[in-house]
Amino acid sequence: MDHSDEQVRLLAEDGALLEHDTYEVDLSEDGLRDLYRQLVVVRRIDVEGNNLQRQGQLGIWAPCLGQEAAQVGSARALGPEDWVFPSYREHGVIYVRAGMEVLRVLALFRGASLSGWDPQEHHLGLYSIPIGTHALHAVGYAIGAKWDGAELCVAAYFGDGATSEGDTNEAFNFAAVNAAPVVFFCQNNQWAISVPLSKQMAAPVYKRAFGFGFPGVQVDGNDVLAVYAVTKAAADRARDGGGPTLIEAITYRLGAHTTTDDPTRYRTVDELDTWKAREPIGRYRAFLEKAGLFSEELERDVQAEADRVAAEVRAAVEHLPDPPLSDLVDHVYADPPATLRSQWRRFEEFEAQFASEA
Amino acid sequence: MAQITMAKALNTALRDAMEADDRVVLLGEDVGTLGGVFRITDGLQKDFGEHRVMDTPLAESGIMGVSIGLALRGYRPVPEMQFDGFSYPALDQVISHLAKYRNRSKGAQAMPVVCRIPYGGGIGAVEHHSESPETLYCHTAGLKVVTPSSAADAYSLLRQSIQDDDPVIFLEPKRRYWAKQEVDLPVATEPIGTAKVLRPGDDLTLVAYGPMVKVALDAADAAQEEGVGSLEVIDLRSLVPLDEETLVASASRTGRMVVVHEAPEFLGMGAEVAARVTEAAFFHLEAPVLRCTGLDIPYPPARLEEAHLPGVDRVLWTVQRTLDF
Repeated sequence: MDHSDEQVRLLAEDGALLEHDTYEVDLSEDGLRDLYRQLVVVRRIDVEGNNLQRQGQLGIWAPCLGQEAAQVGSARALGPEDWVFPSYREHGVIYVRAGMEVLRVLALFRGASLSGWDPQEHHLGLYSIPIGTHALHAVGYAIGAKWDGAELCVAAYFGDGATSEGDTNEAFNFAAVNAAPVVFFCQNNQWAISVPLSKQMAAPVYKRAFGFGFPGVQVDGNDVLAVYAVTKAAADRARDGGGPTLIEAITYRLGAHTTTDDPTRYRTVDELDTWKAREPIGRYRAFLEKAGLFSEELERDVQAEADRVAAEVRAAVEHLPDPPLSDLVDHVYADPPATLRSQWRRFEEFEAQFASEA
Repeated sequence: MAQITMAKALNTALRDAMEADDRVVLLGEDVGTLGGVFRITDGLQKDFGEHRVMDTPLAESGIMGVSIGLALRGYRPVPEMQFDGFSYPALDQVISHLAKYRNRSKGAQAMPVVCRIPYGGGIGAVEHHSESPETLYCHTAGLKVVTPSSAADAYSLLRQSIQDDDPVIFLEPKRRYWAKQEVDLPVATEPIGTAKVLRPGDDLTLVAYGPMVKVALDAADAAQEEGVGSLEVIDLRSLVPLDEETLVASASRTGRMVVVHEAPEFLGMGAEVAARVTEAAFFHLEAPVLRCTGLDIPYPPARLEEAHLPGVDRVLWTVQRTLDF
């Protein structure tokens, strides 16, 4: 793992494959084609999320448009035993790790549930909306796994804004001191809502790792092959007892922070256009074409898959029932206090009045 | 029977819990080699190793966040916050994650974490070392809040807390650490969520917990001697769950109640107890439930803390106000 200032890139902006001394891609031809499918499907899910919010089916949506390579490439580099602790924009990661379990995220943004999933089922921490807090959960899990002699690594996903939070930096330090098997994966998408990178930090994110005593790597986050290779190397290193790595994936949030946000208030059309030209899926498709791996048949299949998934997402969201009232209290405690139980009995009495009127 | 301090009882509880379950781990600042600034973890790192008693970097939010991650891995972490006044950096982890994780996972993920915090004043300490933050935790759904007043309860409640699948904020009354009690360990006292009538009485009920239980008992003795009246003393033992039943039964019988705590009066436990007892025992009450508490101020300098903290005289004065009502 190098400490160089170089941003790791395996694909030029025109999709040409670049040589790299340290990193290489070990995917088969089918694997490379599948990566394309995942990128396209993730974007389609994301677009569907936006649409569903606009149609009132979701309360809010946090789009990952433009960040597909960072999410898909990194998630593909992790094994089934590895764990992921996501922030709140990681539906690309979740789709790669757990397929249609991504519907849980849509239920969350619909307001039909809180995160609502069992973290143990897909080795997936709950969505973490308090910024940067979950990096510590990743480190705690990783320390425990190391004590158990488990061969796994733990990936913590967060953004550039989260690197200003104390918890993220405490996580770096706890991981370093314990040589915990963690991959810190920062999607630097240039904006924390309206605050640009220049007001968020005075030095690149990845360089911070050196101060904490572990390697940091900056990677072109819109280059899915480079993201995959860098994450794979960091994950292997972590599983082999080498300790944490901080990966800074340089990318761009092409959409709004969430559907409640209006990015035209804080960033220019020129800037947006510059990054649109660098978006990751077109670049990867150009690579496939140059490598002779692309075909009209592949495109047809991938688009059909994206259509199918989008339809499934739409149908699932539209048919998602409102949660039962009992969800209010059923899961707060393993063993609820008597005061909560009596409050609930009184609430049920109140509710019962309307049942008898109906 | 042996004379045992609360500190020793807590230490023994941790040792016995670690022997009973190898997923129990301790972590915090100075808990290892030093055995904690109050020596509650004394000798445990030596006997259980550096993993099971982990000296951490000096970062309370980190300690709590890492504990949550360890719980996800199947451990039963017992993090220590070195002092009440230093527990606040961990509040975000406690409120946003520790208390909510079960609910946010629809009941799938337990958070068996016991956060030990030495709390309360009366030890002549410098700033930030004498606070009573219990209301912050009691107001956070998903947590249990437990506080012993004796060595026997310290042992038993800590063992119970570590076995509990819900997260527990375990508040240790630091001024009682060195108070001794005749008890043979291990000991099993009443379950979490049960208040205990420590002294029966007829004329008025004193409600206290943690460091104020001793003050309440002394006040009851003095009231008896001075002919003020026969005071019943209840030790809450756990603030969440709150044993409303025992409180209401006692107030219904005595007709008068005073709640004593070090924490400020405003929105404190006294307010909760008063509201509940007033609702459930309204027609049995001869007087409103009064509170005898710390002032609604930041914790004062040590030379003024005796005035700030309820003592026997102020408790008796409040008792008299209630009797005279």
